[in-house]
Amino acid sequence: MPPIVSAHRGQSLSGPDAVPEGMRVDPRGLPRTLDDPALQRLVDQVHTACTEQRRLRIVGGASKAFLCAAAPAGAASCEVLSTRPLAGIVAYEPSELVITARAGTPLAEVEELLARHQQYLAFEPPQFAGGATAGGMVAAGLSGPGRATRGPVRDFVLGATLLNGRGQVLCFGGQVIKNVAGYDVARLLCGSWGTLGVVLEVSLRVSPAPVGSVTLRIAMEQNDAIRAVNQWLAAALPVDASAWWQGMLTVRLRGANAAVQRAVSVLPGEVVEADVAGTFWEDIRNHAHAFFQHARASGVLWRVSVPPTAPAANWGDGTGELVEWHGGLRWVHAPAPDDRIRRLAQHLGGHATLFHGDAGGVPVLTPLPQPLARIHQRLKQAFDPAGVFHAPAFAGW
Amino acid sequence: MDPHSWSETALPDPRTRVELQRQVVAQLEPLLPPGALLYQPEATGPFECDGLMVYRQRPLAVALPEHDSQLAAVLRACHALRVPVVARGAGTGLSGGATPHPLAVVVGLNKFNRILRIDPLARIAVVQAGVRNLAISEAVARYGLFYAPDPSSQIACTIGGNVAENAGGVRCLKYGLTLHNVLRIRGFTIEGEPFELGSEACDSPGLDLLALFVGSEGMLGVATEITVRLAPRPQTARCIMASFDDLRKAADAVARIVAAAIMPAGLEMMDKPMIAAAEAFVHAGYDLNAEAILLCESDGTEDEVAEEIERMRDVLLQAGATRIEVSRGEAQRLRFWSGRKNAFPASGRISPDYICMDSTIPRKRLADMLLAIKQMEHDHGLRCVNVFHAGDGNLHPLILFDATAPGELERAEAFGAEILETSVRLGGTITGEHGVGLEKLNSMCVQFSPEERNQLLAVKTAFDPYGLLNPGKVIPTLHRCAEHGRMHVHKGLLPFPHLPRF
Repeated sequence: MPPIVSAHRGQSLSGPDAVPEGMRVDPRGLPRTLDDPALQRLVDQVHTACTEQRRLRIVGGASKAFLCAAAPAGAASCEVLSTRPLAGIVAYEPSELVITARAGTPLAEVEELLARHQQYLAFEPPQFAGGATAGGMVAAGLSGPGRATRGPVRDFVLGATLLNGRGQVLCFGGQVIKNVAGYDVARLLCGSWGTLGVVLEVSLRVSPAPVGSVTLRIAMEQNDAIRAVNQWLAAALPVDASAWWQGMLTVRLRGANAAVQRAVSVLPGEVVEADVAGTFWEDIRNHAHAFFQHARASGVLWRVSVPPTAPAANWGDGTGELVEWHGGLRWVHAPAPDDRIRRLAQHLGGHATLFHGDAGGVPVLTPLPQPLARIHQRLKQAFDPAGVFHAPAFAGW
Repeated sequence: MDPHSWSETALPDPRTRVELQRQVVAQLEPLLPPGALLYQPEATGPFECDGLMVYRQRPLAVALPEHDSQLAAVLRACHALRVPVVARGAGTGLSGGATPHPLAVVVGLNKFNRILRIDPLARIAVVQAGVRNLAISEAVARYGLFYAPDPSSQIACTIGGNVAENAGGVRCLKYGLTLHNVLRIRGFTIEGEPFELGSEACDSPGLDLLALFVGSEGMLGVATEITVRLAPRPQTARCIMASFDDLRKAADAVARIVAAAIMPAGLEMMDKPMIAAAEAFVHAGYDLNAEAILLCESDGTEDEVAEEIERMRDVLLQAGATRIEVSRGEAQRLRFWSGRKNAFPASGRISPDYICMDSTIPRKRLADMLLAIKQMEHDHGLRCVNVFHAGDGNLHPLILFDATAPGELERAEAFGAEILETSVRLGGTITGEHGVGLEKLNSMCVQFSPEERNQLLAVKTAFDPYGLLNPGKVIPTLHRCAEHGRMHVHKGLLPFPHLPRF
């Protein structure tokens, strides 16, 4: 029987029935931490805030505090609810391909543990300057380079425990891949930015580390690059991630050795040394790449999501662009938050979000049409009727 | 109106029903083409049940709109009358998700059957909700693409129904569920307002309502158009058929395959009684002496498959396989699968009736579960044959019974409920891919606490304040759970029992 690892307590458990002190195993088999004092304090904090009609702002590792989406509206009156005390990996069994971590667990800790077992989070959530937590990863719903082919974080969420605005601890989903009992609330939490409640614990599907991995660099114009990458994907070549910047396409091939080698032999371009490639993809993922550093220094960064095969767009004077996700994600660095970029994104069948920089009154998020706006407001009501959880500035619901 | 009030009501006073039906017909008939509103008993008969045939109800009427505008008008009219609506695709669902309600209008989406667009470069297809699952793969085959999720009813079931149930199938360990293969859903709210969830872009602003809608069993809206992701059709596929003389060894082999970082395109298990039933039906060449058979498939390029089949074979032999056969050629591969794919009809031949369960458990518990089921066969005095999507721990025990024998249906249902409770206790869930529908309402009381069920109900109400969409399904009332008498397995473990709850 493979061990359940409890990195939180630094001990290895002998079997599924062994429980660290202070923890109980839910009869559903979900190791949960119902009696944990750290959880109790969070529940108390929500109850108190409810009674005293105060608002709470959920904070994890604050790695995404620089994002427009995280900027609170009128934060002065807002009390911080920190998920950091609620940390630790609750369960991990490599042969089940599932890991369960509490909200405040540093993502770095999760990934180190997985790496020791030749597994990883295929959607490569960004950690930015560091300190990102498992709860923040779910709440922000952001994914990295591997998302292009492997899918976003919500595809990997199997279950979550939520503290809603009524102070109730609720568990949705579980630790199995197939589960259609009730609505998929666990996945709804991905990208909810804390508007519906506090993510207390999350179970994620993990993936075996790829056997083969090779990165190629090919000089190409943007439209050619987008078309080529999509053609390769349609031809079942193991393209796992792609990035285009300043006339250079970088693609990462991952899969069985035979498949990767065959792709290397038929694709143009030159092989990038493994450690250089590793750094490149980490820099893209965590926005440490030169393009992102430049964007942090001045102006605004737009996150433009479009149908991957949409043509290259002229975003305007003084803009710079880096393309990810086989064409589907276009990072646009602009001198000012010009709404024209948003209209262009919509014209291409997508939407634009102000990622960081001074929004200057421009809405962070593309405004929602009806009836979606109404449904959002009602969902917020459904989870947090008293409005305990402070909606970030961007959320119109 | 209380969203619960539609559910679980006794049959209405016949006079009230006749009057309501008269109103509904008068309102809907002008909105639809001739012949597209059925209300005479002989016309609504074919709609009285879905694939779960033990539940039957006659709806007030069946509307068969052809276009969005007709559908929107029907929904608006029903909403104005506060008459509930049950959306229906091919009616192949196995949990009673499309069972009519005696006071509801069934909206059949069968005429929404066009494939609107195929984009081979972007690898997507835009199809109407009534298009059959397999028809998508057939239409895109000429581009070397296919639609991966393959519920066993794929010849008949519609993509709209797949979205409602988050349908799975054999391939989902490698290719994902419906959720992972749907990019955009267009449809209508109960008020008849059009909406669009998701997009052809990588994501959409706001909450991920697409993820919430997939698997919501027709409770949140009526889907009319689905954009699906297509995958390159694998160059080749080969299947290993491995025999085991012990259930535990077979279950252990499943865990070992996954632990060895192998991601099979299908990993299925059948127990001895199922093997016998399937073999008698299709003559697939199954090993009748085996206690369990695993079917383990690899797909991809010739090189990849050759490499992976070798690794699979090694793991299976190490796990104690007593006989291993690797498919040579497509005909043999399909023959290996024919028994598995015909497990349900094969069971129908050896028993007058059966009910099919659908729970999921962690892979490591497969053997425990099978042994527990053996004990239950003894306790309930009924036979059970087992076929599993072993790779993802999704079980389909088929409980065999004779509905004409007094008390057998009740015993079969009690047997099924015990399987579901055991699944929850082992860390799993009451339904992996068939949905809750009507069938598993009682078991929802076991899986979710009252607070969790209330939260699910509040989600429903956010989309459908009057509770008009597919009434009485998915979320049991508090009353029902109390009456059912089966306590939520959380009992006694609620966090902080001393705290006030509001």
